[in-house]
Formats: sequence, structure tokens, C-alpha cells
Amino acid sequence: MNKSISIGAVVVLSSMLVACGSNPKQTTTQTATASGATVNPVTIDGVDDGTQIDPDSIAGRAPKERVIFFDFNKSEIRPEYLEIITQHGRYLAQNPTGRARLEGHTDERGTREYNIALGEARAKSIARMLQLQGVSSAQLRSVSYGEELPVDEGHNEAAWSKNRRVNIIYEVEVEVQN
Amino acid sequence: MFSKWFTHAKRSAAGKVVSALLGVMCLWLVGTSAAVAVIEIEITQGGESAIPIAIVPFGWKGGGAPPADIAGIVSDDLQRSGNFSPLNKEDLIGRPVSGDKPRFGNWRIAGAEFLLIGAIDKAGENYNVEFQLFDVSQQRLLSGFNFKVTTQTLRNAAHQIADEVYEEVLGIRGAFNTQIAFVSVEREGGKKSYKLQLADADGQNPQAMLTSPRPILSPAWAPDGIRIAYVSFENRNRSAIYVQDRQQGSRKKIISKAGINGAPSWSPDGTRLAVTLSFEGNPDIYVLNVDDGATRRITTSPAIDTEAVWADDDTLIFTSDRSGGPQLYEVSSSGGRAERITFEGNYNASASVSADGTNVAFVHGSDIGFQIGTFDRELGLFQTLTDGSLDESPSFAPNGQMIIYATELGGRETLGAVSLDGSVVQSLSLDTGGVREPAWSPFTN
Repeated sequence: MNKSISIGAVVVLSSMLVACGSNPKQTTTQTATASGATVNPVTIDGVDDGTQIDPDSIAGRAPKERVIFFDFNKSEIRPEYLEIITQHGRYLAQNPTGRARLEGHTDERGTREYNIALGEARAKSIARMLQLQGVSSAQLRSVSYGEELPVDEGHNEAAWSKNRRVNIIYEVEVEVQN
Repeated sequence: MFSKWFTHAKRSAAGKVVSALLGVMCLWLVGTSAAVAVIEIEITQGGESAIPIAIVPFGWKGGGAPPADIAGIVSDDLQRSGNFSPLNKEDLIGRPVSGDKPRFGNWRIAGAEFLLIGAIDKAGENYNVEFQLFDVSQQRLLSGFNFKVTTQTLRNAAHQIADEVYEEVLGIRGAFNTQIAFVSVEREGGKKSYKLQLADADGQNPQAMLTSPRPILSPAWAPDGIRIAYVSFENRNRSAIYVQDRQQGSRKKIISKAGINGAPSWSPDGTRLAVTLSFEGNPDIYVLNVDDGATRRITTSPAIDTEAVWADDDTLIFTSDRSGGPQLYEVSSSGGRAERITFEGNYNASASVSADGTNVAFVHGSDIGFQIGTFDRELGLFQTLTDGSLDESPSFAPNGQMIIYATELGGRETLGAVSLDGSVVQSLSLDTGGVREPAWSPFTN
């Protein structure tokens, strides 16, 4: 605004004030602006929290071990999980209409967006192994939540080790894509 | 000068804690929802070379209590900056109001280098707020204004007075009349409720602009201070970047490709977003036109590239682990060769650049966890400003003098703010849940 002009006027006034000791008469006017008084809120609800899986469906009969854990800041698969991933690979390859979502997660250490990338790298490590066993890329979907959805909210290694994971989630066979 | 701050417990024991419960003030603010959560600000460490200023309660000729404690708001603002040390109320040797001639000799003896007086007058439905700022030793009027305000903008007038004092005395534009965005997480029943909230820079007047049952991430202010970009996981299969107009309440899905849609950051001209996408294989930096959604790929490394921010129209600073651990790199906003800029330690990520492009704040990982570090791009100087173990998400105030960040106190997610020289630290917490991912607004007026 015309602030420099206003200040100039005040400087003149101030010398008058010192000179004659009279009360300063303010002639400068500035209107205060409200910062962000208006917020129009948006609420999201009715979010799908997962579909009920029929136990006799492909998803319902899939291997039951569905969580793979990782080392800190790593996306390499630990040897003890190779067998579990192989079971899923075989199952999905034998059931080509079956679909799985690989949800990558990290612990809380490190920055949030970097952890989104790390969680994706974990999900993709698993996806690559599954594809090596003949699973089609169309059967798989990777999504990373980074550190946003911990299973244990503690701030120690016991909690962190549980949070560094990929959840293999079988989906119902017909999915609406958007 | 760099001085480290103490742990929270030590700081409390030092008796320097000033606590302000701010919830009550929300009641008269029109348009806030009934269930406004209380945000508490604590000044946990004050500046050592703070300038003493006498801030006299503003005159009020109307009946009853004045409509706002303008002097109190100005005093809190200036104290939080760390640059000023307002005199205690009992040390105020007189109660001059606007128009009175101050007895400068007495104020000098009271220890004040500057003196702020003022008055509030009722003008129909509205108010006039006026003030005068004096240099005590020179016995001189430095500045004075007359604001016409409504009930809703009384606090803003106070913040603008604080801005004026700050700029007159320090020669730096004040950032008190600005806002912060942050994400809050509250638990309702067994479910989490995520809110993208906006509040005044002093934590007052928090308002949710988005409420979602699923995570919200990475809020980023457009230069206009009206649009905010963020990442939403409301679709469980795929993240998406939205741009929301906080005034209209309208939102637009900007991009939602397979893989990552993350880390939005506005170009200084407000037409483009730097984003992280991974649909072409692995996370890389892209620049996206907000109007037509057209994308241009900036990085192509097989490593993780993310968290790009604009240092100026032509330069991006981003995080990459191409050398092993995450480090900051600089690249032209039209692509090309990236150059590494951080070398201290093996974890430097999530940059925020001051508006003048001089200073970069970032998350610095060390043996004791994650702290906020800064890097002077001209001098190449690196320093660590905080000593938390999980400090993250730094964001510069628009005048570059403070950095707001996310931290943890007693197992609870809170926000911290630290001055650029590390000498003043404050924390801001929500009584009903955690707060994270702060983003300081640009100047909007």
C-alpha cells in the first residue's frame, strides 16, 4: 500500500511533537486486513474401508501370512520371507484372476515424503519377486503409505520393527478403477 | 550467533516459560465451529539480546472490558520473535494512551528503549485502533497509524502493529499477520480423523479446511495465500494431489497416477507445481502446470528423488539418495544435471528455502536422531538449530526469520518454531491430538 507516504507524514508529525510538545494528531490511516478469516471447510466421508472378502473366493483362500517386515531404511527382502513370498507368487500365478494390493509402510524415522518413496520401494521389491514367478503385473498394485499408518505408535525399535512392512492385501476380483 | 536450546524440562525449570491459553479468545470469532480445539503456545527459550520495549495497555473509553487486549497480543508477538523483551506489566511506570506526551526520562529509567502506546475507540459497529511507537532515548515518534477494524479483524490489527514495530526497530518485515497450515490427527472412537487446518501465526483461530478419515500429507501454500496443494489418501488404492481454495471451499484433483503422487511445491509465480511421481518406474521430480495438468520430467535417476522445493523460478532443491543416503541436490527447473549441495552427515532431506533464496532449512539425521539444520547458500555455512530426536517438516516464515517444524514432546506430536539463529524456541500443541507438517503462509498483503 502507500506505506512510504504514510511513514513520511508521521516523521513530519514527530518533529512537530518534539518541537511543541503538543499531542500528536494522527492523519495517517491504514485499514487492517483480515488474514484468512474465511475458510470454507470440506469434509470427506463414506470412504470405503475394504470390501468383505468371501472365504471361498480366490482372495479368501490365499496364503495367510501376509505381512513382510524390513530392516531400517532398506527395501531388500530378508531371507526368512522368501518362502512366504514364493507361496503368494505360486498362488497368484495359478489364479490369474486373483489380485493383490501391496501396501508399503515405514517407521516414523526420516522425512514423510522420503518414507513414501521408501515404502513404495519395499512394495516394488515384493512385486518384482512375485512377477519372477509368473504373476502378471495386472494382478498387482503397489501403494505406499510411508510412515502414515503405523501398527504400533511407540517411539522405539520394538514399535518401529513392526511398522517397517509390506501388507499383501488380496482384493475382490472385480475392482472399479479410477 | 548460534546457541543451542535446552531440553524441555530444563527450560521449564529456568523459569522462562510463558504460557498463553488461547482458546477463550476464539469464542468471539465469528465463523469458527463450536468445537474449536485449544492450541497452546509456549515460549520455551527467549532471545538473549532482546530489545526492551514498554507496551502500555491501550486506552479504552467504552464501557466494560475492551474488545481485545491489543497490547497483550502485540507483546506476545514481539516476545515470540525473540528480538524483543516486553517490560513486565508491574514495571510500566505510567499508563499513557494515544495522544499523551510520554515522560521519556521515566521510561528510560524503567529500562525501555522503545515505547508503544495506543487506544481503541468504538466507531459505530466497528472500532478505531491507533498507536504510536516512540524511541525513548531519542524522545522521538517513530511511527503511528490509525486502523479502522471490525470485531473480526481486531487481532489482525494487533498483529499489524507488531509488524510495524518489528520493521521500524529491526528494519525487517514482520510476519505476525500471517498464517500457518498444519495437519492434525485426532482419535474419535477407534477411528482417526485427519484435518488440514489453518491458524493465525500465533496459533489462534484454528479452522479445518479439510477433514478426512484417511491421511493428509504435505500441505503447500500457493503464493496467493488462498490455494493450498496437498496429498490425500482418501482413495485407498492411490494417492492424489489436490489444490483447494480455502475461501471457496472448492478443490480440484490435480494428478493421481499409479504409484506416488507426492511432495507438491508451488513455483514462485503460482502457475506450476514441482511434484514427485513414480508412474514411469521410480520416484522422480516433475514440474506440472496447474491449469492443464501437463507434466515435464526433471530428474531421471534410478534412485529416490523427492521433496522438491523452489529456490527461485529457475532452481529446484530436492532430496535424492543417488549417492547412498538421502542428500539435497540442486537442479534447474527445466531439467539437466543435478548438483549435490549437502555433505554433512548421511541424512539431509526435506528442504525449505527462505523467500530470498539465501537459506535452506532441512531435516538432518545424526546419531541422536533427526534435527532441523540450516545451510546458507551464499556462505556455505551449515548449522543445527534444534536438538529433538524426531524433528521434521521445516518451513520458513515469509520473512525468513523463523522456521516452524514438527517435533515430539513427551510422546506427543507438536509443532516447534525456532529463530534462524537458534536463540529462541517455542512450541505449539493441540489439546485433543497430534499436530504435524506445518507450512507457514506467504505474505498476503
